[in-house]
Amino acid sequence: MGEVKLIGTHQSFPCARIEWGLKIKGVEYEYLKEDLSNKSDLLIESNPVHKKVPVLIHKGKPIAESLVILEYIDETWKDNNSHSLLPQDPYERALARFWAKFIDEKCVISVWGACVAQEGEEKEKAVEGAIETLSHLEKQIKGKKFFGGEKIGYLDIVAGWLSYWLSVLEELGEIELVNAERFPCLHEWGKNFINTSPIKDCIPPREDVLAYFSFGINYVRSMAPNKA
Amino acid sequence: MSMYIAKSRLSYIHTNIHRTQEIVCSQIQLFNMTPKILSKDICGRSWNTARCYILDPFVSLACRKTKSEVKLLGAWPSPFVMRARIALNIKSVSYEFLEETFQPKSPLLLDSNPVYKKVPVLINQDKPICESLIIVQYVDDVWSSGPSILPSEPYDRAIARFWATYLDDKWYPTLRSVRGAKGEDDRKKLITEVGEGLTLLEDALNKTSRGKDFFGGDQIGYLDIAFGCFLGWLRVTESLTGVKLLDQVKTPCLVKWAERFCAHGAVKDVMPQTEKLVEFAKMLMAKMAASTPN
Repeated sequence: MGEVKLIGTHQSFPCARIEWGLKIKGVEYEYLKEDLSNKSDLLIESNPVHKKVPVLIHKGKPIAESLVILEYIDETWKDNNSHSLLPQDPYERALARFWAKFIDEKCVISVWGACVAQEGEEKEKAVEGAIETLSHLEKQIKGKKFFGGEKIGYLDIVAGWLSYWLSVLEELGEIELVNAERFPCLHEWGKNFINTSPIKDCIPPREDVLAYFSFGINYVRSMAPNKA
Repeated sequence: MSMYIAKSRLSYIHTNIHRTQEIVCSQIQLFNMTPKILSKDICGRSWNTARCYILDPFVSLACRKTKSEVKLLGAWPSPFVMRARIALNIKSVSYEFLEETFQPKSPLLLDSNPVYKKVPVLINQDKPICESLIIVQYVDDVWSSGPSILPSEPYDRAIARFWATYLDDKWYPTLRSVRGAKGEDDRKKLITEVGEGLTLLEDALNKTSRGKDFFGGDQIGYLDIAFGCFLGWLRVTESLTGVKLLDQVKTPCLVKWAERFCAHGAVKDVMPQTEKLVEFAKMLMAKMAASTPN
């Protein structure tokens, strides 16, 4: 105890990823709640390059970037609960990493873009783009309970924001991206994922996530150039 | 059947003909065999440097078959393709290099990387693997009997992965933007950012190398590969802007590291010459200028 600390904010889904990973491995940790509007010295010292959450501190050594932290957790506590986050097979492992990168580079950005875009042609195009990126994930989850197979794995954790945070973004952006009609497999996966322990034990209240995203969306919209 | 014969013949040859350890290791890689059976023979045996002049016919047939099992689809100017090549070289993996045509993109590229349609793509036993850093980790996992690419300790692996992500997400995109900068002020700002990144990497090198030659220690590793592949384009940017980015005064360790990296056996044949890259960059810039509407 005291050996593992997580600097984060509950509303942030990259931070939720780390909690899920630690809980699945049965690792005890101390959660250090960060106020991003007034960053702590600890955060700035532990992640001087990006000054962002999440940061995992293990035996005094900090690790940043959620995907890097997840692999660290899997490697460090590899015998815990006999639950491997990443697949054992090298090819399957490469595929999991590929789709995780795709989710962070393409899905997150396209969904956010669709949410933030103002009404009109720009929004229609952004929504189409987001649906296109999500269709790749629909193909990947088809025929499986979880991306990791029977048990939750690395890719489920990375995609986890789709099961909860996405609906908040859809509400704020007045769009609908994942539903039972368009993406039945992804929709089913989302319901299974969010209702499984320990995932459901670290979900922030919806109003907190709403407030967190509203602030971001309004900020981005206010920075957009005015259209004549 | 011939593979079975080849394997038992290889074992026979191994115990009866002197070979250099290198040749045997590359045979092992080609077969994707673990050297468990053969390592007992290797250990303690003093290998002379005599070459084996006659390759057993079954062994060489199997070698020819397995050689094309590993293909790399790539392009000579791409630093990302270079990463995959260095990793395969470190592991002494024989592979077929397929230079991508791009205009138009080949059916093989479109089939094997439908999501991004980009190089590099590694194809091993008909299975495609995309994204350069993922390929490097895959090569390290599959050819595990060769020298390790990723560090052995989880914390060191996390640090290497962190910096590799930084390089791809922040540093290299900034370096690329220098060439397309609009105006002197913009260019200067970007050059300053590139320089700040190099200072961070100088510090990272000092911490991770622990006084040795490379980020990976005695041998080049994951972070050496992730960063070193950009040295060609770094020199191109220096040449086009007239600004020294990798500086003896500000980043002395990186300067020495860069020389050692480029001279390394796994790197030197796949690092493109700076002059060729400069020509290529000028051609790209001219194309972009021609296609930009007024």
